Amino acid sequence: MLMDRYSLLQKVGIYCGIFVFLLFVLLPFIEMFRVSLRPMDHLMATPFTLWSDDFSFQAYRDMWVTVPLLGRYILNSIGIATVVTVMTMVVVVPASYAYARLDFPFKSASLGVFLGVNMFTGAVLLIPLYRVLRSLGLLNTYWAMIIPGVAFLIPTGIWLLRSYLEKIPKELEEAAYVDGASRLYTLRRVVIPLAVPGLIVVATSVFIGAYAQQFLFAIAFNNQRELQPLPAGLFEFIGYQDTTWNEMMAAALTGVLPVMLLFLFLQKYLVAGLTAGAVKE
Amino acid sequence: MADIASTALPDAARPFRLTEGWFAWALIAPAMLFIGLIVAWPLAETLRLSFTDADLGGESYVGWVNYIDLFNDPKFYDIVGRTFFWMFLSVGLKIVIGLIGATLLNAAVPGKALWRVLVMPPWVIPIAIGVIGWKWLYNGYFGLISGILQRVGFIDEPIALLATKTSAFYSAVVTDVWVGTPMVTLFFLAAMQGVSRDLYEAAWVDGANRWYRFRRITIPQIMPVIVSMALLSAIWTFNSFEIIWILTEGGPRGATTTLIVNTYDVAISSQRFGEGAARAVVIVLLLATFSLGYLFFLNRVNRTYGVK
Repeated sequence: MLMDRYSLLQKVGIYCGIFVFLLFVLLPFIEMFRVSLRPMDHLMATPFTLWSDDFSFQAYRDMWVTVPLLGRYILNSIGIATVVTVMTMVVVVPASYAYARLDFPFKSASLGVFLGVNMFTGAVLLIPLYRVLRSLGLLNTYWAMIIPGVAFLIPTGIWLLRSYLEKIPKELEEAAYVDGASRLYTLRRVVIPLAVPGLIVVATSVFIGAYAQQFLFAIAFNNQRELQPLPAGLFEFIGYQDTTWNEMMAAALTGVLPVMLLFLFLQKYLVAGLTAGAVKE
Repeated sequence: MADIASTALPDAARPFRLTEGWFAWALIAPAMLFIGLIVAWPLAETLRLSFTDADLGGESYVGWVNYIDLFNDPKFYDIVGRTFFWMFLSVGLKIVIGLIGATLLNAAVPGKALWRVLVMPPWVIPIAIGVIGWKWLYNGYFGLISGILQRVGFIDEPIALLATKTSAFYSAVVTDVWVGTPMVTLFFLAAMQGVSRDLYEAAWVDGANRWYRFRRITIPQIMPVIVSMALLSAIWTFNSFEIIWILTEGGPRGATTTLIVNTYDVAISSQRFGEGAARAVVIVLLLATFSLGYLFFLNRVNRTYGVK
């Protein structure tokens, strides 16, 4: 409509702004891609050359040999993030429902405890965490990376989902309850189906959290090479004199590709749904 | 809900039900169990360790020694100051760039669906992977930034951005902003889309220009999102570990050592668990104080803007 109309100058300004903004966001990827296409001896040559005409996708073939477990790392990353997401949702959904709908002793105090967890990161608690996982016999297993991941994502999950559930009309639940349905039945058959769009948003955010932060717990609590997620797996090859950087960049880009594609499809729901948790009415 | 249920059915006619309080706690219990095991107990253990001289050799109670040493160490105050400077600078930039970015992405121009997708990558990929890209960008001899600056003629010699104290610190800030901005942008964008168009139309009819509409409608309307994102972002930035560790490991000569990096350094790299634990406790206390102060401020902002 008329209000949204821009003059030519304004349009140019907007596109320039978007270009600069996206350049900042995508710069490291551009650099990684540039490095991945160039042979090592040209890459490390001085003076600096931006480009050379012998670029090739050779690194994308060689990386599978240099990093023999690359495929495994990629799958580990996705697998760990998926299990973390499922476990987190299983405990977050009932808890968020309780905070959104029910009245009970220590409600705000216990909610405060959950939100307070945001203040700690794994890095602060590494030593005692290590001991806990050791006494549970979970060190050097997938669980050593999954269980801490779940614990640190629970607060954000509750925070997001609670505000979403608060917006669902109460009447349907009350009707089911009056009809004699148990509380648990009402939760399972009435609330959860109504909350599906919110559940998708929260689960996606949890997945992002679980996928993006797979480094510290992996290097601290796991020394089994076959179990490592992508970042920890690649780090084993990085920082040496003879690191083949072009292959590392190729492996890193290839490794995140599946998840990037997934988000291409999910972004529409995600952006629309973020407000559900972010804005309190 | 309880009222309706009890008026609708006499007690005797109802099947057995848990009271609301017990039911609620049963729903929360699994989440609590996780937090208790993975966060609360290790936290209590950290508190205990902070009063010991624990290292690989064993541990014995030493009282307040670790804390006294910490507060007598002038370097510690530098680190605390640097951490807060790091946090305010980085969060401030994330909020400002996020607002500008969200406004641009919200503009009614063709292609906006595509721009939105392109903003997401730094948020959805493992942080450690993105930071490797930055490490190359900052490299003096082979990296794009120094290379292009030389080409353009800005500088004659290669500059290794991570090698000098000042440039390393600001380079780390830029990378931290890069990691945090997409999420902030997308939350702001979502909030902007939730603002009722009626408000803008009414203002437009009254002749308000874009800048005025942005200041007087957009900002107040999305204020709750801005303040809650700022707090979350502040806590995460304060505790941001991977980015600094991968880029510089806290160097050169401590220029990028924030509290969390120092804690990791002492506790894990040097394996002085007791001293590390004391630092961890200080982090928690500082963040708790900061958050409470902020929430107090938040309440006042919400009252000013008439938000519940």
